Amino acid sequence: MSEAPLLSVEDVAVDLPTARGPLRAVDRVDLTLGAGRTLGIVGESGCGKTMLSRAILQLLPRKAKFSGRVMFDGQDLARIDREHLRKLRGRSLAVVFQDPMTSLNPVLTIGTQLGETLQEHLELDSVHARTRSAELLVAVGIPAPEQRLMQYPHQLSGGMRQRVAIAIALSCEPKLLIADEPTTALDVTIQAQILDLLAREQRRRHMAMILITHDLGVVAGRTDEVAVMYAGRVVERAPTPVLFRAMQMPYTEALLAAIPKLDAAPHTPLPAISGRPPDPTRPLKGCSFSPRCRYALARCHQDKPALTAPLSADHHYACFHPLRTAAGVDA
Amino acid sequence: MATLDLGMEDDIGAAPAPRSRQLGLLFWIAIGWMALVFALALFAPLLPLPSPTDMDMLERRAPFSAAHWLGTDGLGRDELARLIHGARISLAVGLFAPVIGLVIGGALGMLAGYFRGRLETLVVGSMDVLLAFPPLVLALAVTAYLGQSILNLTLILGVLGIPAFMRVARAATLTLARREFVIAAEALGATHRRILLRELLPNVLLPLVAFFLLGVAVTIVAEGALSFLGLGVPPPVASWGSMIGEGRESLDVAPRLAFLPAFAFFLTVLSFNLVGDSLKAVTDPRQGAL
Amino acid sequence: MLGFIVRRLLYLLPVLVAVSLLTFLIASLLPGDLAYVILGDQATPENVAALRHDMGLDQPIWWRYLGWLGHVLQGDFGRSFRTGQTVLQAVADRLPVSIELMLLAEIMGLIIGVPLAIVCAARAGGAFDRIVTGTAFGMLSVPTFLSAILLIYLFAVELHLLPATGYVPLSEDPIGNLRFFVLPALTLALAEWPGIMRVLRSDMISTLQEDYIALAKAKGLKPSRILFVHALKPSSLTLVTVTGINIGRLIGGALIVETIFALPGIGRLLIGAIFTRDLIILQGVVLLVAAGFVMMNFVVDLLYAVLDPRIRHGHA
Repeated sequence: MSEAPLLSVEDVAVDLPTARGPLRAVDRVDLTLGAGRTLGIVGESGCGKTMLSRAILQLLPRKAKFSGRVMFDGQDLARIDREHLRKLRGRSLAVVFQDPMTSLNPVLTIGTQLGETLQEHLELDSVHARTRSAELLVAVGIPAPEQRLMQYPHQLSGGMRQRVAIAIALSCEPKLLIADEPTTALDVTIQAQILDLLAREQRRRHMAMILITHDLGVVAGRTDEVAVMYAGRVVERAPTPVLFRAMQMPYTEALLAAIPKLDAAPHTPLPAISGRPPDPTRPLKGCSFSPRCRYALARCHQDKPALTAPLSADHHYACFHPLRTAAGVDA
Repeated sequence: MATLDLGMEDDIGAAPAPRSRQLGLLFWIAIGWMALVFALALFAPLLPLPSPTDMDMLERRAPFSAAHWLGTDGLGRDELARLIHGARISLAVGLFAPVIGLVIGGALGMLAGYFRGRLETLVVGSMDVLLAFPPLVLALAVTAYLGQSILNLTLILGVLGIPAFMRVARAATLTLARREFVIAAEALGATHRRILLRELLPNVLLPLVAFFLLGVAVTIVAEGALSFLGLGVPPPVASWGSMIGEGRESLDVAPRLAFLPAFAFFLTVLSFNLVGDSLKAVTDPRQGAL
Repeated sequence: MLGFIVRRLLYLLPVLVAVSLLTFLIASLLPGDLAYVILGDQATPENVAALRHDMGLDQPIWWRYLGWLGHVLQGDFGRSFRTGQTVLQAVADRLPVSIELMLLAEIMGLIIGVPLAIVCAARAGGAFDRIVTGTAFGMLSVPTFLSAILLIYLFAVELHLLPATGYVPLSEDPIGNLRFFVLPALTLALAEWPGIMRVLRSDMISTLQEDYIALAKAKGLKPSRILFVHALKPSSLTLVTVTGINIGRLIGGALIVETIFALPGIGRLLIGAIFTRDLIILQGVVLLVAAGFVMMNFVVDLLYAVLDPRIRHGHA
């Protein structure tokens, strides 16, 4: 596949001015995503994954400083004019936020919030928008759509609200969908349903998707490629099966170990990662993860490892002491 | 609407930059003006001014001169002297009336917020009834029955302020009564009276004082309005309000007669509002207006 | 929804009763005066006693209150002993004027305040915002009668554009009628717009930080739609409440304005009754105004519920 990727994030950095100095939320990230492919971005809270998604959408807070390029469909989103960007949003570029209770407007009906995108971007009249909205609700698994269209968000359950949010995102057949922790605010029982819905729609529409989550388990089997973020940087990136089979970053290993396993004995202690992510206003000299890393060497505290791909062309990681060398064999 | 480019497109969470601590230049200018007016009003009889009541029929509506710095009014009385003596009245009513509201309303509010239950319902309910009357209407009605005098005016304006002070005191008490230091005092066996006076009162006082200053501004305005209509302070006593009312007659020939007291009035009310608002922002940062 | 209305009405009743009681008590502070006032020079002790007996003024106070209340509930508010008009008649004559004034004032206040609030909220913290907010704060220190004097001086005395006083009914001459209302309504509007602007702006600023606004932007909606539909609607709740609360202040302000501009409204009726010591009119008008005020607040509460579906469905 030698065609240009749909999305190419190039050297993107986001700085936020704070009382204690500039906060580097995103530290020179590079990512690419081909059309119809799924990328998972995994990391703890505060690692910059949400800021990164906002940077891609160009919806950063007013005070934020952005640098880099966001090439989408051949255009740099950071450079095109506002009106052009507005037309892309909602149409080619869609997003699902974490909490559907706050991301849906409480005083507008479902029908209004679903239909307005259709009317704005596809120029449908209200009648057609209504029909299409009902179809979309059915597609995301909401029965009796006609009734739902006239209801308000607070009258729906959490899972249903998120389905509505997904319907809104899918309404204009976007080329790229960014799902920012789409299931974190939902019941565990609903989470799988929503994720499966997203995966299904993604395949059906041949849509590129970025799935942002703090849970490695979520991306297994649902993404083509995974990027692990820590302290504002991408620290490992690989096709999903490769990552799970041969992960190199101690951090990724720790993330995986932190997922509770069904077949573990009861009361098995969950190996949580000790310590906390570094204070973003005081970047460390060496590797950001070194204070918490089991395998850290003196060098790790001194120099910052660059993102390289010595093993195979599609597996990038930033570590002086990757797992392969730690264990001595392929992990 | 392509023309309505409001520039807010990409600003999520674009909270306005926090206001610089408003205890800045404006605040101190306001304090300065208040101090000036207060001093002039207080020491008026001692100042080397012509009498405000001496009429000089030959010098009616005279322009600014060495003898009369701000000219004379329609009856030949010195305008500057009248302004300063007018300040005395406006400030007297403006300061004493809210004290009534502060003391009674503050006490009621603290009791209601502390004891809750039926006392609270009673207090809040009666305040609601009082608030059901448009204030000016009530003031007018009462002055009509009781007669016009500075005392009556001060009393009714004071009573009208009670619900507002009650609300502030009650709100503050409600939040404070649940804090640890109150529960600790109770655990130590402190009586209600002690808790109210020693623990709660000092903390409730701060927002009340800020509100008091705003209340002064409101009262000066209310007295001004009533006096303007001739229904406030009884003539021949003059407050700024009645001076403005009188000045209305001469708008076409000598507008300064209305605008001089109007300007003093505006500056004073503005100063009280500024200082009161700044203090309110300090005690409860969400409420600042500027 | 129905339960909500019934609950609010039930709360209303005791308040109205208390209002009537308070009005009556104020009026009864000096009952002797009423008879003296009516009789004027013919106030000999015998005549006063006779009149008091006739008017039932020698009855115990609670009896008189019930009697009065009874009359009031049947629609009989009493009759002015000066003009012979019933209170209701006098009020009915004057009500349209006052209502027209308050309506125009509130509309003007909204026309000035709402757009300013929206633009300020959209560009919060900017130069425009600071200027407008500062001006609004300054305006709060300019009382009604001051604005009135200023406007009269500017438009009537200096520019001779608009009349300073006078009135002609709407039915007779709509244009002329509006000309007489411009200055008075504008005076009141100048006092109204800062409150409206400030409250709406603050509400919209916090609304604009909500997630659903971020999503609306991510959906690529037009900024005007985001502002006027997504942001304004949730914020309009406070706008309605503020407008409702303003009615109370408007009534007081209207009083002053009607007197200054010589408009024959309820305010003038009241002031006139005070000057002529027409205590029956005074009592009746105060009760009507207060009752109207309470009803107004009730309507505002209802509107509030209509605008916020969460309250209607028993949430929030």
